[in-house]
Amino acid sequence: MVDLDYLKMSRPRKLLHDLAGFFARLPGRLGNGLKGLALAVGRCLKGLGLSIADLFTTFRDGDWKTRLSYLVMGSGSMARGQWGRGLLFFLFQTVFNLYMVNFGMAYLGKLNTLGVVETYKEGRKTVYGDNSFLILLYGVLTLFFIAAFIYTWRVNIRQNKVSQQILASGGKLKGTKDNLQSLVDSQFHKTLLALPTLGVFVFTILPIFFMILVAFTNFDYNHQPPAKLFTWVGFENFRTLLSSGSASYGDTFRQVLFWTLVWAFFATFLNYFLGMFVAIMINKKGIRLKKMWRTILVMTIAIPQFVSLLYVSKMFAADGLINTYLMKWHWIAQPIPFWTDPGWARFTIILINIWIGIPYLMLIATGILMNIPADLYESARIDGANALQMYGKITLPYMLFVTGPYLLTSFTGNINNFNVIFLLSQGKPMGLAGNAGHTDLLITWLYRMTVTDTNYKIAAVIGIMVFVVLAVINLVVYNLIPSVKNEEDFQ
Amino acid sequence: MAERKIPEVDIIVDEKAGVIKEVGPQRKLRSKKGHERRTNGAIYTVLTVMSIVWLVPFVFLVLQSFRSYKLEKGGMVDYLLPKTFSLDNYAFLFEGSNFFHWCGRAILVGLACAAATVALVCLAGKLFDRQDRGARPARVGILGACLAAGYALLVALTAALQGFAPAERPVAVLVCLMLFLAIGAIIARVYLKQDSKLLRSIPGYVVEDRHEGAKKLAAMFAEFALLAIILQYILIPMTKSQYLLWYTNTLTIALFTAVLQTAIVLSVSYALSRLRFRGRKLIMNAVLVLGLFPGFLTMITLYFLLKQMGLTQSGAVPGLILIYCASSGMGYYISKGFFDTIPKSLDESARIDGATRFQVFMKIIMPLAKPIVIYTILMAFMAPWGDYVFASYVAFGDQQGYNVAVGLYNWVNTNDFQNYFTRFCAGGVLVALPITALFLALQKYYVEGVTGGAVKG
Repeated sequence: MVDLDYLKMSRPRKLLHDLAGFFARLPGRLGNGLKGLALAVGRCLKGLGLSIADLFTTFRDGDWKTRLSYLVMGSGSMARGQWGRGLLFFLFQTVFNLYMVNFGMAYLGKLNTLGVVETYKEGRKTVYGDNSFLILLYGVLTLFFIAAFIYTWRVNIRQNKVSQQILASGGKLKGTKDNLQSLVDSQFHKTLLALPTLGVFVFTILPIFFMILVAFTNFDYNHQPPAKLFTWVGFENFRTLLSSGSASYGDTFRQVLFWTLVWAFFATFLNYFLGMFVAIMINKKGIRLKKMWRTILVMTIAIPQFVSLLYVSKMFAADGLINTYLMKWHWIAQPIPFWTDPGWARFTIILINIWIGIPYLMLIATGILMNIPADLYESARIDGANALQMYGKITLPYMLFVTGPYLLTSFTGNINNFNVIFLLSQGKPMGLAGNAGHTDLLITWLYRMTVTDTNYKIAAVIGIMVFVVLAVINLVVYNLIPSVKNEEDFQ
Repeated sequence: MAERKIPEVDIIVDEKAGVIKEVGPQRKLRSKKGHERRTNGAIYTVLTVMSIVWLVPFVFLVLQSFRSYKLEKGGMVDYLLPKTFSLDNYAFLFEGSNFFHWCGRAILVGLACAAATVALVCLAGKLFDRQDRGARPARVGILGACLAAGYALLVALTAALQGFAPAERPVAVLVCLMLFLAIGAIIARVYLKQDSKLLRSIPGYVVEDRHEGAKKLAAMFAEFALLAIILQYILIPMTKSQYLLWYTNTLTIALFTAVLQTAIVLSVSYALSRLRFRGRKLIMNAVLVLGLFPGFLTMITLYFLLKQMGLTQSGAVPGLILIYCASSGMGYYISKGFFDTIPKSLDESARIDGATRFQVFMKIIMPLAKPIVIYTILMAFMAPWGDYVFASYVAFGDQQGYNVAVGLYNWVNTNDFQNYFTRFCAGGVLVALPITALFLALQKYYVEGVTGGAVKG
């Protein structure tokens, strides 16, 4: 009977009911998510336990070759005639040992204090002490290296076990040539992913890890290595950013976050609906020169943003073309403060972003609109639906259904949309505490903190906060999407 | 619930055309037509207004680039049309360079050589192609044409060399030779018959059935990269024009990024889409989580890492290529979505025939993936032209390492921006022209990639 009740409801009440339902189910869904997480952690721990247990049993059941491999990696493989593989393992261990002895240990030892020896001047000569930056960076690198070593060591032992089993059952081991051959066949994914993974490790994961750690230090303009040391301060930076007070950035953070969300909302949904609208107009039967309209609009995608946006920002300047012409024609007496008044600046940015953003949506919507089965419209027309009804009942649900994931990525992208803000207003007008402006997004504020203010600790905290905001939004929407799918499945 | 109004329309099934026609009373039809016309009129109006709004800034940009910075001082003036159209701004961009002297000659010679070679190769291909054994007179004619082409090449080379001082001649010959290789190869690729025997014997020119797309593309980019290197390391050091330097910096970065990034993105997306292995889900989730961190967070660390390798300031060009490519594997979504749509049965049948996974990738999937390959290349090529943040941070005040975005941004955001504004416009036009042309030419692939990516998420 519930379904029938639901169908009887009026439109706004239906919506209300849906929303209420969504929020009622949200804790359950989040709970499920947490449960899933807990299960995953449990699985991991179990796997780890089994793995360690396996280490012992392998050692117990192993022959001398396997046991030797516990100490000298690759020796087992070499003893069994797998020279190529054994040498690689051995080489890795040698490199690791050399690295640790000559380099890694020193940095690892200082990681807990980030250095204590200050740099000082002896007459005109500067005697350099510890460099906190290097200690932290190489400390993290060493930790990564150790993890990689443990993993490789484990692989080495597992391979010994497998080899031993194969030999015991009378099989034959693969030679180096076969192993190389497998790299383009059964192990092809390793070949494909090796380089990209290495790149991501060194240029993404390592730096992110490093910056997360920086958020817990006092690394800023007063503590710049190599002249000065910095050290761990715990959660102090988070307190500075989040609490309100004269010396902290809490109010600024809230304002910037608010504007970031408002901006992302408008930039996503305004463009979405306007872009769809334009696509529908161009795709309408009987409209000629479809290709030309599309090409004209697409110009804003084609032309590099630093040309178009920089030019447009100057066009809207106080002495720019728009203001001067409006004054020349005596429509206004004073220049409109496009970039100097907070409200105007925000409005102008959203307006100009429409100019940049509509074409993307138009292209996407065009592709999707063409996929909507024509007989849906045909039957709707026979039933007497007008254009608006057809839009509301067919086009819009279909679009939302198909582009749901895109909307999410687009929202995420807009929260991190650096170019538009930076090229148009650079965050100006300024005037918030912490050297932030009224049009600053979290990401542009982070940029200014890094480049202009060299306040790395706060920049790191802002970066983490952006991550938190995005993670929350993504989690909520991912939990929302299955429901969207069920409810709007109209086929 | 209100009952639906059923329109008074007779429905006639036109059996011949197999469609349903609506035929209402005549008057209704006419009003409907009028309605239709009015809607279309409104749409045309909206579209025209939009087109004007969309194009106006670019028109302004071009117009202002023709306003001389010498004669009509000031960036912000209250008129649009320059009082006199002048090319002063464009001249400024190339000022202090003997660029045209060099480039013009080198390109001329290169073109002449290339044309001659194309003629030679074509004719020789005909000559040696066993399947095309013509009559004897034809052969003699061809031989004669070959000789003539060779002679033309010689004449062009000597003529060009006379413009250079004796000391410059070795370099000039080298440049000409490289240009000749690059341009000649490009032209040859476009105009030569694809099944010419001679062509097939040259490595990299293999244009057999399935390899064709990918190999052609790879070779094309190799040639363009060669061009870029010539510009970057031979022609440009001889000029004093900053703009040219920035421009070639960007071109070099864009070309190399396009090639490397495409290779990386395709391998990652192929592996994640078609291959099944342990840790696949883990990798995808990890990328998802890493993608939530803002990119600029890691800027100082990246700068430091690059500095350790000596790839900052004047070495910014290779440094930026490294940065753009290193993490590009994380942007695999769109091409993975594309690979997902290629039927699995293709792989399987090839595997049954004994192909390795590598062969399946290169010979079966790549030829089918042409649209997404082009899309990836296009995106990777266009991105470096607009990057200001990393480029400025890595170059760190050293003009040798700037790209156009950084250079031009500094022009409009310095104290002297009033004076530099029109020059910025000119510089912007010269950047926008080739990029826009490229984009519009490959628009089809862009739409394919963007739509696919949006739908599959």
